[in-house]
Amino acid sequence: MADTLLEIQHLNTSFRIHDDYYAAVDDVTLTVNKNEVLAIVGESGSGKSALAFSIMGLHNRAKIEGSILFKEQELVGLPYSKLNQLRGDQLSMIFQDPLTALNPLMNIGDQIGEAILLHQKKLTKKKRKERVIDLLNQVGIPRPEQICEQFPHQLSGGMRQRVIIAIAIANRPELLIADEPTTALDVTIQAQILDLIRELKENMHAGIILITHDLGVVAEMADRVAVMYAGQIVELADVHTLFEKPLHPYTRSLLHSVPNEGQDKLHVIQGIVPSLQHLPRRGCRFAERIPWLDGSAHEEQPELHEVEPEHFVRCTCYRHFHFPAEREGWTHGIS
Amino acid sequence: MPQVLLLSVLVFLMAQMMPGDALSGQIDPNIDPAAIEAQREKLGLNNPWYVQYVDWVGSALHGDLGQSFRHKMPVTDLIGQRLANTFWLAVATLILTYLIAIPLGITSGRYNDTLRDQLITGYTYIGFATPLFIFALVSLWVFGFKLEWFPTGGSVAPGLEPGTFPYIVSKLQHLLLPALSMALITTVNTVQYLRSEIIDTKQKDFIITARAKGAPESRVYNRHILRNSLLPLAAFLGFEITGLIGGTIFVETIYSYPGMGLLFMDSIALRDYSVVTSVVLLLGVVSILGVLLSDIILSIVDPRIRIK
Amino acid sequence: MAFLEVKNLKVHFPVRGGLFNRKIGAVKAVDGVSFTIEQGKTYGLVGESGSGKTTTGRAIIGLNKITEGQVIFEGEGLTGKNPRRKKDVQMIFQDPYSSLNPRKRVLDIIAEPLRNYENLTKQDELEQVIQLLKRVGLSEDSIWKYPHEFSGGQRQRIGIARAIALKPKLIIADEPVSALDVSVQAQVLNFMQEIQEELNLTYLFISHDLGIVKHMSDRIGIMYKGRFVEEGTTGEIFNSPQHIYTKRLVAAIPDIDPKKRSLQKRLRQEVQAEYTRSYHDYFDEQGLVYDLRNISDSHLAALPEKG
Repeated sequence: MADTLLEIQHLNTSFRIHDDYYAAVDDVTLTVNKNEVLAIVGESGSGKSALAFSIMGLHNRAKIEGSILFKEQELVGLPYSKLNQLRGDQLSMIFQDPLTALNPLMNIGDQIGEAILLHQKKLTKKKRKERVIDLLNQVGIPRPEQICEQFPHQLSGGMRQRVIIAIAIANRPELLIADEPTTALDVTIQAQILDLIRELKENMHAGIILITHDLGVVAEMADRVAVMYAGQIVELADVHTLFEKPLHPYTRSLLHSVPNEGQDKLHVIQGIVPSLQHLPRRGCRFAERIPWLDGSAHEEQPELHEVEPEHFVRCTCYRHFHFPAEREGWTHGIS
Repeated sequence: MPQVLLLSVLVFLMAQMMPGDALSGQIDPNIDPAAIEAQREKLGLNNPWYVQYVDWVGSALHGDLGQSFRHKMPVTDLIGQRLANTFWLAVATLILTYLIAIPLGITSGRYNDTLRDQLITGYTYIGFATPLFIFALVSLWVFGFKLEWFPTGGSVAPGLEPGTFPYIVSKLQHLLLPALSMALITTVNTVQYLRSEIIDTKQKDFIITARAKGAPESRVYNRHILRNSLLPLAAFLGFEITGLIGGTIFVETIYSYPGMGLLFMDSIALRDYSVVTSVVLLLGVVSILGVLLSDIILSIVDPRIRIK
Repeated sequence: MAFLEVKNLKVHFPVRGGLFNRKIGAVKAVDGVSFTIEQGKTYGLVGESGSGKTTTGRAIIGLNKITEGQVIFEGEGLTGKNPRRKKDVQMIFQDPYSSLNPRKRVLDIIAEPLRNYENLTKQDELEQVIQLLKRVGLSEDSIWKYPHEFSGGQRQRIGIARAIALKPKLIIADEPVSALDVSVQAQVLNFMQEIQEELNLTYLFISHDLGIVKHMSDRIGIMYKGRFVEEGTTGEIFNSPQHIYTKRLVAAIPDIDPKKRSLQKRLRQEVQAEYTRSYHDYFDEQGLVYDLRNISDSHLAALPEKG
């Protein structure tokens, strides 16, 4: 497709624990198009942040295998000198914690200016300064001239997150990765930041990968959604399909475990997310969390099936899945 | 300021508790004890300690620290000469300390757990384990007596005109070995400190932000990691100065370098109490000033604690 | 007689500075808060960071010094030394990772309040701890383990087991699920509801997450800059919010239905427009909240006297 911006094929990202490598991202295949928000949902340990860091080449000591094509350029194995021409320019990232993601000893103007300096070396100092002010206006920061001279600790969390967004969009990126951009913020600030990201998409026609654990944020922002569990994509669909006709047991369980209208008891997913070293590497990874389903419901090597056009689900267990009746005693989630 | 006050009281009381007083050594034993007693009364030596203390502080504030009864000259003059020597020794040591610590600490922190890092940390462990006075003695013996690269005592060669070029060179020659042997030992603290600061800063989120901007590693280190890691060293400077004071006492004694440390040791040996108390008080004031200096430096370089 | 009554509670923190660390001002973290909780109910206390909700909870249990006002528990004033405050009122903390002593075994963690208040033999103590663990759904052999051997949700349940060890009547839960994953949140919330019924517990549930507060609470108080902006039943707060600040909060919650996206956006824009237009109708010259006024018997909002 002409509009494909990012094409990830069979990506494996493994970390070394003691003397073995364990895949935190396990055989992920995914595309991101221009002018689209792809949400990646999952809980901690699902591999969603590891995936984002792999795209940006930010892992220090990980083994990355497979292919990440960004505008037909291979990112896996790309030397840093080449990668640094892309990072912060066509490819950029917004981080989770605005309190720690800025250098405490550098003023705001310099931190944003640095992103411009690194990719537009010919720009004069004056022009750069103008661009910084411009960006601060764009992300809705009042009194930009003064804010430039200030240091991170003088700004509130919401303001700092705007500065981080300004850094990320400094060179009009084509792909923007937002890793839990509002998790650390208050709800009213969250709404403002989400509006801002949405506006940026509309103005710049960028592709956006939005990583979050918050299903409400997904429902508000995404065009397509990938649900990750234990390093794998378990379901991939457009946002309306995913919320109306979720198929994978994990997706359905997640949707049932958040408080919703007229719900008395929340659904509890049995057991816990296995740690990286203890992931079941064979068979359906979600099987042990839905033990009331018969073993034969699962595939031996679960694959992503395209059950409807553009709607993918891993394993066959979704066909047999049902929520347990309360008397069966699974609702406590006691392990 | 309360620290200085407390220190002065302690020093004064300690001097008071020592046997004898300023008159006991100075007097011809044939003089009538009654006359001595009269003299004591006149000099205020029979007053209660707090009255004497107030007198002493009063004159100290006017620059009068009393008489050295061994050198037969005012303590202020005596210290004045020595102070300059010690000051230059301390400055040289401090410069050498940082000249050694900064490159070693940076290399060790940046390439942690590599061979380079292991060699450097190995050196710091040896530094921690070696007592300064032994190391100073050994280097004096090797470089001073055996190899004769450096002079073995004093602060300047005799017979040179102060202010001339050969005079300054000679001063430097006399400084270098004591300063270097002290720096090589005291620097290991700073190396270790810088190393752990860098390793710590390397893992901060804002470093990831810098990389995500597309900053090359050299820039990540120079612009983001270094400044944030060197900052705590400024806070460490005060302690460094306090440590130097202890160090100079050993080193000056070993190299017979005429500074405050040597004066201090000699005065103790000679029971020259007025000198001892003055030196202790002065060293105390300097170490407190060191801490103050750290605070000032920190408030200049760290925007978070900049005075509004 | 109300079960818990908080009357005009004020908690001010001194701001020190200048020479000799003199008091040069005060941060009014909580500035005149009054509410009552009925036994067996859950009262949700909502606010954004810095609103004073946590300070209010901590002041009730005595972790923050009360500057002014009263806390009356079952008709009795809770003051610093009142032992009932320590026995009948317990707290669950936000972070299950740092609120348990990592060097103590689960047995010692849970038995600690028992050792302070009850004289039990070793055997009885062990039995009680095992009972408590079973009640929170952890196995018997957990008693010999250390906190790091448990997951976040399990740790939070250990925290709850400790809190209910002395059979308290009131539990102050300060963001009890904020640090947990969605599925684990559900586990802890369900469990809190179950033991509430079993033990007839009363909760003061402090959270910034309106969805969860809505799910858990019978009554809700909304705090802003140390004061209440609105108070009412859960239905009243969510269906007919009166104060502009409440409206903003409610409008800001992301809706889980992607079809309502444009509707949500329009609603949010309307509220924002109203906020800018009529800010001065809701806040005084210093940007502070007015006193609460009754709108109905159960619904109060901080609106100025219309005159």
